[in-house]
Amino acid sequence: MSSASSVNTDAKPSSGSTRAKPANKFEAAADWTDGRLGIYSLARANLRKIFPDHWSFMLGEICLYSFVIIILTGVYLTLFFKPSMAEVVYHGPYAPLDGIKMSEAYASTMNISFEVRGGLLIRQIHHWAALVFVAAMLVHMMRVFFTGAFRKPREINWVFGFLLLVLGMFDGFFGYSLPDDLLSGTGIRFMEGAILAVPLVGTYIQMFLFGGEFPGTDIVPRFFTIHVLLIPGIMLGLLVAHLILVFYHKHTQWAGPGKTEKNVVGMPLMPVYMAKAGGFFFLVFGIIAAISAIATINPIWAYGPYRPDQVSTDAQPDWYMGFSEGLIRVMPGWEVRALGHTLNLGVFIPLMIFPLVLVAIAVYPFIEGWITGDKREHHILDRPRNAPVRTALGAAWISEYLVLLIGGGNDLFATHFHLSLNSITYFVRAGFFVVPVVVFFITKRWCLGLQRRDKDKVLHGRETGVIKRLPHGEFVEVHAQLPQDKLYKYVAHEQQQPVAIPAQVDENGVERKVGRLEKTRAKLSQGYFGEGGQIPKPTAEEHHEITSGHGHH
Amino acid sequence: MSHDIPEEKLPEAHDASHGHEVAEHGDPFADPGLPAHEPRRTDIDERAAKRAERQVSLMFIVSMLATIGFIASYVIFPIDKIIYVFPLGHISALNFALGLTLGVALFCIGAGAVHWARTLMSDVEMPAERHPIEADDEVRNDVIEQFKTGAAESGFGRRKMLRNTLIGSMALVPLSGVVLLRDLGPLPEKKLDHTNWIEATEAKPIQLINMNTNQPMKAEDIEVGSLTFAKPEGLEESDEDFQQRIAKDALMLVRIAPEDIKDAKSRDLGFEGVLAYSKICTHVGCPISLYEQQTHHALCPCHQSTFDLSDGARVIFGPAGHPLPQLKITTDEKGFLVATGDFAEPVGPSFWERS
Repeated sequence: MSSASSVNTDAKPSSGSTRAKPANKFEAAADWTDGRLGIYSLARANLRKIFPDHWSFMLGEICLYSFVIIILTGVYLTLFFKPSMAEVVYHGPYAPLDGIKMSEAYASTMNISFEVRGGLLIRQIHHWAALVFVAAMLVHMMRVFFTGAFRKPREINWVFGFLLLVLGMFDGFFGYSLPDDLLSGTGIRFMEGAILAVPLVGTYIQMFLFGGEFPGTDIVPRFFTIHVLLIPGIMLGLLVAHLILVFYHKHTQWAGPGKTEKNVVGMPLMPVYMAKAGGFFFLVFGIIAAISAIATINPIWAYGPYRPDQVSTDAQPDWYMGFSEGLIRVMPGWEVRALGHTLNLGVFIPLMIFPLVLVAIAVYPFIEGWITGDKREHHILDRPRNAPVRTALGAAWISEYLVLLIGGGNDLFATHFHLSLNSITYFVRAGFFVVPVVVFFITKRWCLGLQRRDKDKVLHGRETGVIKRLPHGEFVEVHAQLPQDKLYKYVAHEQQQPVAIPAQVDENGVERKVGRLEKTRAKLSQGYFGEGGQIPKPTAEEHHEITSGHGHH
Repeated sequence: MSHDIPEEKLPEAHDASHGHEVAEHGDPFADPGLPAHEPRRTDIDERAAKRAERQVSLMFIVSMLATIGFIASYVIFPIDKIIYVFPLGHISALNFALGLTLGVALFCIGAGAVHWARTLMSDVEMPAERHPIEADDEVRNDVIEQFKTGAAESGFGRRKMLRNTLIGSMALVPLSGVVLLRDLGPLPEKKLDHTNWIEATEAKPIQLINMNTNQPMKAEDIEVGSLTFAKPEGLEESDEDFQQRIAKDALMLVRIAPEDIKDAKSRDLGFEGVLAYSKICTHVGCPISLYEQQTHHALCPCHQSTFDLSDGARVIFGPAGHPLPQLKITTDEKGFLVATGDFAEPVGPSFWERS
C-alpha cells in the first residue's frame, strides 16, 4: 500500500497522500487506520491527556470496573441459566432438595452452583460485583457532591451518573429476583403488593406485568430480558456518555499551587494512567474474585425454591434496596376506604417517598445553581468545609438514608442488639424527621469550626510546640508562619456574597413587585453565604498586620 | 545511602526554601506556582530502579503461576469436594481454589502495573490548558444562522398545515406500540376479589387439608396454642396452577379457648375455637408464619405487621392496614373441618378496586 501511494505521489501529486513513508510496520498500520477512521486527530487530544491525581478520583473507576466485571460474568451465566418458570422436579447432587418441585430458573441456578465447575465462583463474583458497583456509585457520587464537582459545566454528567445509580439499583433487584428462590420470590411478592397499592391503575399494572395473577409463569422470563438486555443496554449508553463528558470537560482538581480554573495539572494518560487505571481494573477484579472465593453470597440452595405460602425469617433485600425497605416497614398502616375504593396510603406513601429521596440528589445541582446564580465554569474543587450548607445538606441526606437502613433491618437490629423491635420502629419514625435536621446543624457548625481553624492557621501560623517564657513571666507558644504553598491552600477558595433581596422600590422611587420566588432565593442565598453561613476569609491586610507586628501570638 | 548517587542527579538544595521570598515582599496569598518536581529514589538511583523492575516482574510471574494454578485446580478438584478451611468452615474446595488463584492472578497484574507506574514511569506533573466549554460568539452566531437558514428552507414554520399534520402523525404512531402491550396480561376484573374457596357451598363444602400431613383435620387434631397451615381439598402440589392458587388460598388455623376470643363475630366464624385466617399478610402479601401462643399474636416476618388472632386478627403493630380475612368454617358429617364459602373480603394486600 505504501509503495503504491508513493508512486502515485510522484506521478500525480494532487491525487494521492503526501505523507512521508512510514518508518516501520506499526506506523504503516496506524497510517492505514488513520486514513479510514481519522485516529490521529483523536489521539492527539487524548493520548497524553492530563489527569490530576487524588485517591478520591478512583472511586468512579471502581464503578466502571465492577460494571465490566458484571457484564463479563453475566454473559457467562446466561450460557447456563434458564429463565423459565416451568416446573421440574430436582434430582441433582444437592441432596436436601432431592425430589422437590421447583422452577427451571431455580433448578438451573442450582446446576450453575453445583454442577458447572467454576459456576458458583462466577455467580458469586457477579453478585459481589453488583454490590460493589452500587456501593461505589454511591460513594463516587458523595465525592462529587461534597467537593462541588457537579457545578457548571458538569450538571448533565451528574444526572447521567444519577440515572446509572438508579438503573444499577433496579437491575440489581431484577437480577437477584431471577433464581426464583424463596428469598427473591418474597421480594417480588413485596413488589407486587406495592404495585397493587397504586390508585386507579395498580391492579392493571400488576396483571400486565405478571401476565395474570401472582406469581404466574411470566415474571422470571420478563425480568430476565429487562435484567440482561433492556437496563444494561441503557446503562452502557449512559456510561459511554458519562465517560465522554469526563474527557471532554477534563477532570476537576483540588486547589493548590499552580492550579487554576484554566488549567489541569497532573500526569499524562499514556503511560501513567494507562498503567494505573488499567492496573486498577485488575486490582478490583482480583479482590472481588478473592472475596467470592471465601465469602458465600446468596446461597439459594439454603433458601429453597419459592412458594407463595412459605417464607424465611429475617428476609432482607440487598443492601441498596434497604432504605426503601425501611420506608415500607416503619410507615403506619394507613388505609382509606370510601366510595367503594381503597386507598392504601400505608404502602403508597413510601412508594412515592422512595423516588423522592433519589430525585433529591438528581436536582440538587440545579437548585444550588439557581440559589447562587453562579454562571461560571468551575474546575477547582471545593473543600467540603468551605461550602458548609451544601456539606450539611449532603450529610443530612446520608443520615436520612442510614435511618431508613436501620428501619429496613429493624428485625436484625432487634435480634442482634437485644432491643425491642417496636422501639426501633418508633425511633425510625421520629428519626426520619428529626435526625437529618440535627445532622444538618451539627455538620454546618463543624464546617464553620474548621473554617475558623483554617483562618487561625493562616493568620497565626502553626503551633510549633516550643514554649517561650516572656520577661514578665507569661508563657506563650511560638507559632511559625506557614510556607506559601500551604498558605495558598487555605486561601485559594473564593467566598460568594449572598444575593441581595431585590429592592421594593426601583431607582425612580416607583414601587415594584418582587416575586415570592425572588424573595425565597435571596433568603436561601443569605442562608448559604450570609452571616452564619461562612467565616470571612482572612485578607492579605490582616495577615500583614499580624505578621509585621508581633511574630508570636 | 545518598553517597551512591552521582552528585549532579541530586535534587537542588535551594528548592525547598524558594517559597518564602515572595511572601516577604508581595501578596502573601498569591499563587506560588507549580512546585518543582521532587525526584523519587528510582529517578536518581539506577539500582533502585532495577530493584523496582524486578519487583514488578515478580508480580507478573506470580500472576502467571496463579493462572496455571487455576487451570490445575479446575482439573484436580472434584466439584463436590468439601474441605475445612479455618476460619471459613466447610467450603467447596473447587470454588475456594479457583477464586483464590483467579484473584491472585488478576491482583498481581494490577499491582505490578501500578507499581511500575509509581516507581518507573515519569511522575512529573504538568499543566494542560483548559478551554471554555462555551463556543465564542462567532461560532454561536454562525450556527444559529445556519439553523435559521435550514429551518426556513424546510418551510416548517411557514407551512402550518404540513407542520401540524406531521406533529399529529408523530404523536399518534407510538399508540400502536402501546396497543401492542395489551396482551401482556388479562384485565383485573374481579380476579383479586375471590379465592378458590368460592367453590365451596353449603351443599358441597370443601375440606381443609393439613399442609404437612396432606390429611383432612378434625377440630380436636388442633391443639390449643398451635398454628397449623392448611389448603383446600383437591389442591395438589403437582397442579399446574398450584402457585397461583396457594398464593390466595393458604390458611392459618389456630385454636383458642372460646372464652379467650375477644371478638364475638370471629368466634362465630370459627368452630369450637378453631379459627381459619388467611395466611397472606394484608400489607404486601408475605405469608405470615410466626405465632406467639401466649398472646395469640401472629407476626409477618417480612415487615413485622402483628395481628391479634384472638381479636379478629386486628392489626396491633406494623404497617398492615387491615385485619386478616377470616374464613367461615364448620364440620362435615364425618367431623372434618370444612369451609362452606369464600372469605367475606379479598385476601392479601389491598388495592384500589377493593370496596
